[in-house]
Amino acid sequence: MDDIFGIPAPLLFGQLLLGLINGAFYAMLSLGLAVIFGLLNIVNMAHGAQFMMGAFAAWMLLAWGGIGYWWALILAPIIVGITGVIMEKLFISKLYKLDHLYGLLLTFGLALIIEGVFRNEFGSSGLPYRIPPELSGAWDLGFMFMPVYRGWVVIAALILCLATWLMIEKTRLGAYLRAATENAALVQAFGVNVPRMITLTYGFGVALAAVGGVLAAPIYSVNPQMGSNLIIVVFAVVVIGGMGSILGSVLTGFALGIVEGLTKVFWPEASATVIFVIMAIVLLARPAGLFGRA
Amino acid sequence: MADTTSITAGAIPDVAQEAHGAWGFSRAQLAGLVILITILVVGPFVLYPVFLMKLLCFALFACAFNLLIGYVGLLSFGHAAYFGMGGYLAGYTAKSLGFTPELAIITGGVTAGLLGVVAGWIAIRRQGIYFAMITLALAQMVYFFCVQAPFTGGEDGIQAIPRGSLLGVVPLDRDMSMYWVVAGIFLACFLLIHRIIHSPYGMVLKSIRENEPRATSLGYRTDDYKLMAFILSATLAGVAGATKSLVFGIATLTDVHWSMSGEVVLMTLVGGLGTVFGPVVGAAVIVTMQNYLAEMGAWVTVIQGVIFVACVLAFRRGLIGELGALLKVKL
Repeated sequence: MDDIFGIPAPLLFGQLLLGLINGAFYAMLSLGLAVIFGLLNIVNMAHGAQFMMGAFAAWMLLAWGGIGYWWALILAPIIVGITGVIMEKLFISKLYKLDHLYGLLLTFGLALIIEGVFRNEFGSSGLPYRIPPELSGAWDLGFMFMPVYRGWVVIAALILCLATWLMIEKTRLGAYLRAATENAALVQAFGVNVPRMITLTYGFGVALAAVGGVLAAPIYSVNPQMGSNLIIVVFAVVVIGGMGSILGSVLTGFALGIVEGLTKVFWPEASATVIFVIMAIVLLARPAGLFGRA
Repeated sequence: MADTTSITAGAIPDVAQEAHGAWGFSRAQLAGLVILITILVVGPFVLYPVFLMKLLCFALFACAFNLLIGYVGLLSFGHAAYFGMGGYLAGYTAKSLGFTPELAIITGGVTAGLLGVVAGWIAIRRQGIYFAMITLALAQMVYFFCVQAPFTGGEDGIQAIPRGSLLGVVPLDRDMSMYWVVAGIFLACFLLIHRIIHSPYGMVLKSIRENEPRATSLGYRTDDYKLMAFILSATLAGVAGATKSLVFGIATLTDVHWSMSGEVVLMTLVGGLGTVFGPVVGAAVIVTMQNYLAEMGAWVTVIQGVIFVACVLAFRRGLIGELGALLKVKL
């Protein structure tokens, strides 16, 4: 149990765990992107900024309101989700009749505004966010020490993804959502308020990004740029997985996180680019993505 | 897709109705060209030449980007990769290998073009928003490559790049001599782009933008056309980046970063997607704005975001597109 393929076991498992955590964030973010894209047909370029807003909301709740991690986990997504609803009502809803690229440009502009405002307010250096006492410490797994909080992130992300999947696939609301994704006009003819559903779906997708932000706050330092670099990788993940399937995007997210972690062990220099290389290979072999419909 | 309008529809009247003079310039466009050349000639005596050179480099970059979005309908969100790579290669060859400026710029353009061959070959497999995401991801890969590769100097970039002597004869250390070279490159590339869009090849590109399945059914290999347009666009973006690095004597990571890709989108959008003069005017507006607002720090980003939102919501034709609509001509 010392060396595996000539790599010290603690290093290997440590990087695997880091990969799993990154994968959890990829999965949550690509899930939100897929849900939004399914119904709104726009790529939400502001997703990274909204992830960052989630982390900042948690920080603000604690620093200004004395509200701790567990409440932040519920409140921050609601707050950020409401800003998403407002954004959809004010801006995005004006674009549904236009080319989808305009939605991408608009949300990119919104992302610039959000990031710029936060950078003015809080500067570029990170703000610390403490791990809640219930989740601090580490488990001794025998072959490695596993920080409790990191385990919690992976489990929480899995639960969240599963819950979202169940909601979309197994509930009445989810059935409406899937039907509207297929043919919005027909669903509207059946008396479902589709515009409101679209607004709430965007809010939900944004809230998912914000939960990710809250979960990330104690791991990464809370800073205005924390979302923008992550989101580009998530775009690659989305291209690899294809946005057609909810479960597909979750699976792809976790799998690519692990691949990235392993690359850090065996070829550290390539770890920043490995996901993009995989994207290129998948595009050459299966242009629609692994789980996508052509 | 029947209820959606193309991203450049409305900006461009029906192709068949245009009257074309020399090089495909309509009368209104010829007037515009005369104004542009006058500004190019008079400009350096009125304004600071280095500022003008910066503006021209970005104008060329935006024109190259517009070739893709405006005439093929492909939104590349990773054009900084070609701009920045062109800059790095020109800087490296001029500084470390002693290339003359024209050779360094050609090297930068060709390298960016080769990068465009690979990236374009991968990216044209998908359309629309996927194309945008793929180009963005590939550009991010180039960015990480530039962070790690030894020849780029990492965080420091390549500094103190010599301007050298044109053809080994004319020294370019004086800003005015450099300016004429930059203006010449800009005008040549600008005319080249205009010639491309008004050639039979350019007509096919526009037909792909309007209706790709129909172009395919007419027997055109649309992928080949799109790839060629991508390579041309990347090459010209590389030339723009190469020229910029020689002007300022520096090539850094800023030019390959995704925010630079966003900036060129903004410039073209402000000026008018799919217009001939739009990217030039848009680049002028954005570069001037950055110059005057430089001390405001992150607020520049906020302002850029606001312009993005305003353009998309209310002003989709851009400055030149609106002007053209007002005068009922295509500019």
